Amino acid sequence: MAAVTADQKTQSTSGTVKAAGTGAGPAAGAAPDAADAALLAAFDAAVAADDRIEPRDWMPEAYRATLIRQMAQHAHSEIIGMQPEANWITRAPSLRRKAILMAKVQDEAGHGLYLYSAAETLGTSREELLDKLHAGRQRYSSIFNYPTLTWADVGAIGWLVDGAAITNQVPLCRCSYGPYARAMVRICKEESFHQRQGYELLLALSRGTEAQHAMAQDAVDRWWWPSLMMFGPPDDASSHSEQSMAWKIKRHSNDELRQRFVDICVPQAEALGLTLPDPDIRWNEERGQHDFGAIDWTEFQQVLKGNGPCNEQRITQRRRAHEEGAWVRDAAAAYAAKHTTPSTRTAQPAQHVEETA
Amino acid sequence: MSAALALGDDALVLSHRLGEWAGHAPVLEEEVALANIALDLLGQARVLLSLVGDEDELAYLREERAFRNLQLVEQPNGDFAHTIARQLYFSVYQHLLYERLAAGDGEFAGLAAKAVKEVAYHRDHAEQWVLRLGDGTAESHERMQSGLEALWRFTGEMFQPVEGLDAAGTTAATGTTGTTDTAGATDTAGATDTAGATDTAGATGTSGSGSGVDWAELESAWLSAVTATVERATLTLPTGPRSGAWAAGAGRQGLHTEPFGRMLAEMQHLHRSHPGASW
Repeated sequence: MAAVTADQKTQSTSGTVKAAGTGAGPAAGAAPDAADAALLAAFDAAVAADDRIEPRDWMPEAYRATLIRQMAQHAHSEIIGMQPEANWITRAPSLRRKAILMAKVQDEAGHGLYLYSAAETLGTSREELLDKLHAGRQRYSSIFNYPTLTWADVGAIGWLVDGAAITNQVPLCRCSYGPYARAMVRICKEESFHQRQGYELLLALSRGTEAQHAMAQDAVDRWWWPSLMMFGPPDDASSHSEQSMAWKIKRHSNDELRQRFVDICVPQAEALGLTLPDPDIRWNEERGQHDFGAIDWTEFQQVLKGNGPCNEQRITQRRRAHEEGAWVRDAAAAYAAKHTTPSTRTAQPAQHVEETA
Repeated sequence: MSAALALGDDALVLSHRLGEWAGHAPVLEEEVALANIALDLLGQARVLLSLVGDEDELAYLREERAFRNLQLVEQPNGDFAHTIARQLYFSVYQHLLYERLAAGDGEFAGLAAKAVKEVAYHRDHAEQWVLRLGDGTAESHERMQSGLEALWRFTGEMFQPVEGLDAAGTTAATGTTGTTDTAGATDTAGATDTAGATDTAGATGTSGSGSGVDWAELESAWLSAVTATVERATLTLPTGPRSGAWAAGAGRQGLHTEPFGRMLAEMQHLHRSHPGASW
């Protein structure tokens, strides 16, 4: 499961701004204002022309900070997002479903790796980002703070959560920052596959026994609203949206994407033989879109603040895995130090690559 | 006992244990690697169990006493070193066994030929980690040594002949108790393994129709491969018994260790709660 972290748009950026500040933009030194202005103009022109910004290109520090924040949250979401699904690996009801679920959770770890790598091109490091996650200074998608209570939740996550993530992510394949856009192309292919599998899982339940059908309906009832919240706060309350759209990091507003998602889901729910838990959903002939009910933004804010059903559990498990794995990472580093020849050691890049600006 | 059931259960149960690591691994790369190995094993299990009957009936509706996996693979994960010790012991065994099956012309030759490529990777993964943990820090060295020690007593069972994979095609049924006793008596230390192995070989015969596995030869190949890795990792090969009167061969006869029942309860619960449902 993956969720681009549109729902985090309201959070403070103080942590990431500091990290981004370590990247050496040319503005850092005694660069004259005129040169600065020229760089900014070149950057703006590149964005306007739909060119891709690459790691060694000059970029405004705020652009760098926004990207680090968003990509880190995206990567963290992949990693935390493994937990609700891994919760069912050992209980999957058939070997085929178990294989599918294991493959999916493995893919998520892989997506996390892509995204951390992509974020590292901006002058941060995976270790640094993970430390911030563990310290609560960077977030992950609010959706993963909901529990998986039945097997059908695995299907609901595939259909709705991955579906919402894809709706969010497909436009990111055209994001102005090259490494992020390229990571998204690869990730979206796998996510679409997961989403179809989740849908198919729910379909099997919906057409199964009465108890299975009820299990599927209950899961959809619990995951529908949190999935809509994945698109983030309404446009008039989304603090970063405008700038992100100007930079072409974001291509559509939260509300546009949410509407698109609802319009996709309504016929899919019908095909599944399941209902969406919103009595206000109906086709609006004039708009050519579905109307739908009001989202409980209080719940959303509570989950963002750490008061969702699983916030504590998720972060505790993540921290524990990291802390309990420390001796393993130390061992690997100690072994590498003993067994790496001096020539190989010096050939390794020092830290990061911003010396050419 | 069907050989497909024995090999299939090994893969199924170890896959399940590795699946328990998801979300708990020490680094992201290991999330990927452990899940990858678990998936390979699950794939092997499905092929093997399907040779016997319906894979889901076999996985979800048999009780503990009907499972034929080695006790080694059902052992709880413990810490990462414990898991890696289990992976080392089993993947070297499985690699050597599947190489031999793939070289023969028995009923498992085809699937072994495919699986052996996966298992070669599992073995490499385990061996590389034994080196890193053994020759890493003092703590990792100690933990790796503990893992090797803790699981050592389950390794003797791997070389009890599996009916259907014997060299002469003779059934192991008549000799099961006998060979168990022999192994229990002689395999008390690494040093006596060669002798024990020869006895086993004598009991089951080495002459070779197609798919035959020479268990004594397999055991000595396993022992030398594991010894080489352990020593390279600056670790010590455990010296305790490799099997006890009770443990040796017991998993293959449906006698398991206590954690196994709990593992099955978790694995089978949902499937059993909805009799006849399809998923």
